[in-house]
Amino acid sequence: MAAVFRTCAHTGLKVHNQAERLIKVHAVAGVLSILFGGIAALLVLLTRWPAVHLLDPTNYYRALTFHGMNMLIFWIIFFEIAILYFAGPILLGSRVAWPRIGWVGFALMAAGSILIDVAILQGGADVMFTSYVPMRAVSHFYLGWILFAVGALLGVCNFFATLVVARAERTYEGSISLVTFGGATAAIIALVTLAHGAIIYIPTWLWSMGYVQNIDAGMYRLVFWGLGHPSQQINVTAMVAVWYLLATLTVGAIPVNEKVCRTAFLLYILFINLASAHHLLVDPQLSPAWKVWNTSYGMYLAVLASMVHGMTVPASVEVAQRRKGLSKGLFEWLAKAPWGNPSFAALVLSITLFGFMGGITGVTFGAEQVNIISHNTLRIPGHFHSTVVAGTTLAFMGLTYYVVPLIWRRAVVWPRLATFQAYAFGLGIMIFAGGMTTAGSYAVPRRHWDVQFANSIFQPPVEPAAYLFLGVMGIGGLLAVLGGALYVVITVVSVFFGKRIPDVAGAVPLAAVPQDTGKHTPISGTLVLVFVFLAAFIIYYFLNWKWLSDIWLVK
Amino acid sequence: MADKEEQKEKVPLAQAFFDNIFLLLVLGIVVPVVFYTIWGLLEIASIPLAK
Ligand code: HEM
Ligand SMILES: [Cu+2]
Repeated sequence: MAAVFRTCAHTGLKVHNQAERLIKVHAVAGVLSILFGGIAALLVLLTRWPAVHLLDPTNYYRALTFHGMNMLIFWIIFFEIAILYFAGPILLGSRVAWPRIGWVGFALMAAGSILIDVAILQGGADVMFTSYVPMRAVSHFYLGWILFAVGALLGVCNFFATLVVARAERTYEGSISLVTFGGATAAIIALVTLAHGAIIYIPTWLWSMGYVQNIDAGMYRLVFWGLGHPSQQINVTAMVAVWYLLATLTVGAIPVNEKVCRTAFLLYILFINLASAHHLLVDPQLSPAWKVWNTSYGMYLAVLASMVHGMTVPASVEVAQRRKGLSKGLFEWLAKAPWGNPSFAALVLSITLFGFMGGITGVTFGAEQVNIISHNTLRIPGHFHSTVVAGTTLAFMGLTYYVVPLIWRRAVVWPRLATFQAYAFGLGIMIFAGGMTTAGSYAVPRRHWDVQFANSIFQPPVEPAAYLFLGVMGIGGLLAVLGGALYVVITVVSVFFGKRIPDVAGAVPLAAVPQDTGKHTPISGTLVLVFVFLAAFIIYYFLNWKWLSDIWLVK
Repeated sequence: MADKEEQKEKVPLAQAFFDNIFLLLVLGIVVPVVFYTIWGLLEIASIPLAK
């Protein structure tokens, strides 16, 4: 079977038809997952909002499990595999190494996700996405996990095989591009992740059928988080690769310093997975040495990498804009940026919210001491909705508005609504996560049906302010759900009914890369933003230590 | 032609390292598996059973 290629009229990239088809099916499955997960999001949101308190406890846990699986696992990983088929074959101008394996992988992922969703909807798996033993779900829930993980693993291996093929067939010169390198980083992390998934879910599956007597709960938690945490780091890495890509597509930015950016990715490869330990900071079976090494020394190197990317992406935007002549003062480059472009809006909101909200809270809660006052409170979902939702999901949404014209070759319908969508989702999540994190600071627990503990023997006092912030969370959440729904509608309608785009250069507006004048271009605006960020970081960090000292009286 | 050969010679060590994805893959597996997984499992396994 000879590979069939077309040359993209807009980007000049050589596109293997199998790569294009694989991208399409994975993206469609991803959008379906975000639709399912979004419906559950609304139900869970309206339950955690005390003024509404919609579902009964059983349905709350069912919807919560459904939401976690469809969003965190299916939406994100389907979309990531789609990105790998772009970052590998298409960016390198190569064929997909193993098209058949690609389809088998997709089929396994699809089958796995269907098995899991069926198990949850049947009421056989109210165990949440962490499925901690000894809670037991029906066996096809675990089988679904295994199929999904193996399918995703095949997609990842296909990416590595494509790197080998592209090099052997000399489809590119010199080093792979930074976006492909970011994709490779994500793929390396994915391999570690999915291997842990296989290691933990195979025995658990056997246990669910009675072939294995006992799974140690402590060991389960350890190996599960070898899956659960790194899968979030695939997101971070893929998101950063998408940032670089969006910066190029929207303003013509090119990386300011390849060596620095690649070194930052290297720090991810080496250290980011150690931070899995932050999920186990209150587990008694592990020593402080293990906890502190993995969550401090190791993790801070990965945090450093995120801060490097958080600086180099805006810096590359600033350089590109200044070279176009927008160089007045500190911020003309930013003020005159293409704010009406939904992908640019998504890029800026993604970087800002990921850094200021997700990053700062994550590092703070990941310190062993502070963790004791944030563990299992709403501060935790408040944190990760800032990373994986405001950060990753929003970046993927921004990318979609290029995937539709470039891969489906259809125009995005209602571009103004798409812009509104990006802002509604980003600002909605900002308000939602802000409310959620603050409510958590008043000790409102996560994964809990009833804030008031109405029927329990012991009723802890809940401060009135907590209800206020749960209301803020509810209102922000509704705005985010609106943004999410619009995303699904715009994407689906565009793919089926969007105007066909002719294969002529310029039909899809892409930003031109400005000439390198050879002169030094300052990044003073970015530097100011970096110091604002560091100040916010320090303030939040110290506040938490102060709160801790208020609770923990040392005399 | 001569140009190409010159380029080949000049690949700096750091770039050669970054280009070697499979070396990075091995490092990316070994570091977390040793520090997180194996160390952690050994600690849990060494807890004496309650009598
Ligand atoms: C419209 C946007 C969204 C809203 C309003 C929303 C709302 C919520 C709420 C209210 C909870 C329950 C917290 C609790 O009771 O403990 C939750 C949990 C969660 N959400 Fe979302 N969410 C949204 C989007 C997403 C997305 C896009 C992802 C992933 C990419 C995600 C991942 C999760 C996860 C992993 C949990 C934790 C589930 C668990 O504790 O088992 N959410 N979300
Ligand atoms: Cu984590």
